[in-house]
Amino acid sequence: MSEEPPITLYRLQACPFCERVVRMLDEYGIDYRSRFVEPMHSDRNVVKRLSGKRSVPALVDGNTGVTMSESGNIVEYLEKTYGGEA
Amino acid sequence: MEFDVVDLPDADHPEVGDTAPDFTRPLVNEEYWEDRSLSSLTADGPVLLVAHPMDGGFPATYVWREIDDREWTDEVDVVGLSISTPYEHGSLLDEHGRDAQLFSDPGAGVAELYGIEHDLDGMTGIVEHRPAMFLLAEDRTVEYAWVASEWPDFADYDAVEAAIEAL
Repeated sequence: MSEEPPITLYRLQACPFCERVVRMLDEYGIDYRSRFVEPMHSDRNVVKRLSGKRSVPALVDGNTGVTMSESGNIVEYLEKTYGGEA
Repeated sequence: MEFDVVDLPDADHPEVGDTAPDFTRPLVNEEYWEDRSLSSLTADGPVLLVAHPMDGGFPATYVWREIDDREWTDEVDVVGLSISTPYEHGSLLDEHGRDAQLFSDPGAGVAELYGIEHDLDGMTGIVEHRPAMFLLAEDRTVEYAWVASEWPDFADYDAVEAAIEAL
């Protein structure tokens, strides 16, 4: 396998809450992998399996083992975890 | 009535023994899509790369119906390639291509890289992929190659299957 970043962001195209997380990741220079999911809420089983909810954004951080959804929580988590290194 | 097929110009495509060019494009499965390189797929085992005309037309449907009937995905990693968007690939996977994944190449850059572009008559501005199949080993060595020389044209499925079994 090629080198994969430890952080995976599950996102929906043009979803403002997802873009908010992307801006934060870019700001901190954090390498991440984007996985785009279906617009249909009921089709997002992959996100449901990971986070327990079908909402995006959802972030999986292999560095810490944390999986979370909701952009407010994610932004707060990124600030706390990676903000100091910026 | 004579079935009227069009001869396509000679294709300068990777041949058996060549190393297939690597590329990265969004790769679509039934649940999501993400940027993936071809080499990251071959690193896990042999790959059958199936280039086909855009999703929705009969050539694409026929190809995937045949692959499903022959259950090739049980034997090898089968990966499609067309100019269709990830959303269209998602719709195709709802009906066909069980356990397959599909690369989205709307700009046909991979078609150019592989020498299998097809300018569509009567669809100005659209270039897509000729029907083609490349069976690739772990190091992307081409084990079997077929590229359409007529339009329409379909692979010799028995020959492809023999090549898969010979892996």
